[in-house]
Amino acid sequence: MKTPHSASVKSVSRPSAPGAFIHARGLSLTYGGKTAFSGISLPVATGSITALIGPSGCGKTSFLNCINRLTDLIGGCRTTGLVEVGGVDIRCPNTDVVTLRRRVGMIFQKPNPFPLSIVQNLEFPLREHGVRDSRGRGESAEAALRDVGLWDEVKDRLNSPALALSGGQQQRLCLARALVLKPEALLMDEPCSALDPLSGGLIEELISGMRGRYTVLIVTHNLQQARRIADHAAFFWMRGGEGRLIEHGPAEEIFENPRDELTAAYVSGIRG
Amino acid sequence: MRSSESSISCPSRADRVLLWTLRVCAAAAGSVSALIAVFVLLESWPVLRHAGPAAFITGGTWRPTAGLYDLTPMLWGTMLTMCGSVALATPLGVASAVFSRYYAPPPLAAVYRRMIEILAGIPSVVYGFWGLVVVVPLIGRLHPPGPSLLAGTLILALMILPTIALMADASLATVPKNYALGAAALGLTRWATIRRVLLPAAKSGLFTGVVLAAGRAIGETMAILMVAGNVVQFPRGIFDPVRTLTANIALEMAYAMGDHRSALFVSGLVLLCAISALVLLAERVDPGSAHE
Amino acid sequence: MSKNYGESLATALVWLCAASVAGVFIWMLSDIVRHGLAALSWTFLTSATADAGREGGIAPILVSTAMILGVCLAASIPVGLGAAVLLSELSSSNPLFSRLVRRSLDVLAGMPSIIFGLFGNALFCKTLGMGFSILSGGLTLACMVLPIFIRAAEEGLRSVPREYRLGAAALGLSRSGTLFRLLIPAAAPGLLVGLVLGVGRALAETAALIFTSGYVDRFPSSPFDSGRALSIHIYDLAMNVPGGNANAYGSTFVLVAVLFLLNLSAARLAAALSRRSSPI
Repeated sequence: MKTPHSASVKSVSRPSAPGAFIHARGLSLTYGGKTAFSGISLPVATGSITALIGPSGCGKTSFLNCINRLTDLIGGCRTTGLVEVGGVDIRCPNTDVVTLRRRVGMIFQKPNPFPLSIVQNLEFPLREHGVRDSRGRGESAEAALRDVGLWDEVKDRLNSPALALSGGQQQRLCLARALVLKPEALLMDEPCSALDPLSGGLIEELISGMRGRYTVLIVTHNLQQARRIADHAAFFWMRGGEGRLIEHGPAEEIFENPRDELTAAYVSGIRG
Repeated sequence: MRSSESSISCPSRADRVLLWTLRVCAAAAGSVSALIAVFVLLESWPVLRHAGPAAFITGGTWRPTAGLYDLTPMLWGTMLTMCGSVALATPLGVASAVFSRYYAPPPLAAVYRRMIEILAGIPSVVYGFWGLVVVVPLIGRLHPPGPSLLAGTLILALMILPTIALMADASLATVPKNYALGAAALGLTRWATIRRVLLPAAKSGLFTGVVLAAGRAIGETMAILMVAGNVVQFPRGIFDPVRTLTANIALEMAYAMGDHRSALFVSGLVLLCAISALVLLAERVDPGSAHE
Repeated sequence: MSKNYGESLATALVWLCAASVAGVFIWMLSDIVRHGLAALSWTFLTSATADAGREGGIAPILVSTAMILGVCLAASIPVGLGAAVLLSELSSSNPLFSRLVRRSLDVLAGMPSIIFGLFGNALFCKTLGMGFSILSGGLTLACMVLPIFIRAAEEGLRSVPREYRLGAAALGLSRSGTLFRLLIPAAAPGLLVGLVLGVGRALAETAALIFTSGYVDRFPSSPFDSGRALSIHIYDLAMNVPGGNANAYGSTFVLVAVLFLLNLSAARLAAALSRRSSPI
């Protein structure tokens, strides 16, 4: 399924998936003989912001990597279960991974802009995905930079190296780079943890503003942040040497009135 | 419940073409050494068929025009120059490494190390040329004729010294720092520490360095060609000229034909075997280190 | 007392060894510089050889050397880069193949140059019918330079931070796009170092060229002509031409100076490039 050449990236038709754009059913992941997590069943409501919380090492990042098949790059990974994106199981071998990764963008913990200029960081992915028209690319790049609030800061130096930007600016650039492909979902792995509080706050605001427009799955260790921005939350914990999903549901429920006592202990800070 | 193993995402056509182009490049690069072996064997075959392998160790001398293919004078030349140069370069090389690591003040050590690195990069023809115009006349004044086993050994030693020094330096660098600290705490002097603790700890790396330098000495052509005299004979003293296997090939290849040419390929084969034996030895003692 | 005696003796010996090595080095280098500068002049570099090289200059030699180098690089860089990319990026999907190629390259790196000369003579001059020519010489050198270049290129590619590859994959970028527009430019320092090492090795090479590229000291008119490289010229003047020492010194100086400058500028360039492309 190749996207047609056009001035902007169009969505490809797919079976409708009301309710949960991303849905994991009984997902488990092992690599190198070690089980990262097992038995995760999690529906992620379309247009919502879902926070994955829990201590480090419980498989939250690995779970994220399964959804856009980034696990393909890590040798020796085996997954069992189902991952549906837009109603289609993306684990089957003839999935068009290129289209998947255009529809589901990813932001990493440490900002990783390419060693190119600011504008090239945005135009390079567009060109790779078939956008031939250079004016169209320029317009998409500007729109994405405005979306993340970077336009006014960098409009005079679009051709300067992206690596010369500050950490917060780089992360916003990475966000713009993901948005320029017009994804439907965004996977974020602790996007603010490597930044100073001010920049982190800016990114948080941006994420909040995505509610309804994108389906956001965000891993975070910052419980206050999760309380502030999440509609839903999923709590991970280590059990028997494997990561497991203990509880998930609407954010108020998880934070104020969780069903499981482990969840209660974690969100109140007694256990961490 | 289906399971999926990691797989390369279904590649576009450009990606598939790329993958195959890369495979072809890698295959081409990887096949060169096999091709070398094949061609050397093929070219050696005629004379081995006509004269038989025994001709290469009997016959008394090398005179291809008369059908004599005895390689032993050249084998002696190669062995003697190799052993002599290794015997000379090893203590000097190890001393260089010890000097720059433990004796010299840091700025001097840096300069010295740089000098050794520059020495390592000088082409062999330059060593040969300098040996020819400076060292050989000096030896000639001491005892004629000048081009000799001694000259060859000295120049070769100078050439392989940087190899030994750099490898010794690298192995000494891997010795854990607390060995030296422990020795100091026991009140050992600097030399005693080096001799009894540090050098033995770096033993396998040092040995590999020496073996590799020996391989380099055996394979060296130009410098030895220019200073060792190239007379086909068993040397009776260090002032006698000698001819090595490598010099033999270089001197005669340009005009050799037929069986003569084929015989030169046989000597190339012998050279390859000698070096392979050395590399295998290095591998046995310190696996993986031969690929520095 | 005897402990101190042994200690000072050892110290004296070590300093003596270092001093002798340094002494020989300085002796050799100063000799080359002194006599080399004496023979060096603009006419030396630009005029043709005369009287078997005793008189005249080394212009045709420089041209031949450049052409041999050109053939060598044109053959070894594309093949070497392709192999390096496969070994560093795609070895997980071709594990046995990669291992074989690597082993083979290690073997290749250890072969003495005279064997390459024999091989080049057998394959290029005789079997492929190129005779004694710049083409044969250049292709033989390409075989020698290949493992050096591949090793350095692989290093360069490996040193590109993993985050770039992950970021590119997460954006669904194609392998070829990622490779040509991202990874190879980012690996430029390592590639450059490989290039310089390869050129240095090729320039220093004599034994492999002695019976592949020929002896002719005239200006070559095409790569199919025989041509004489700088290193061979030094050898010939020193060994076969009585009275050729002066020009041999000049040629030696040129060779050593070029190699020295090459290494110096490459180290500087590689450092500058890696500073520019490393993430904060």
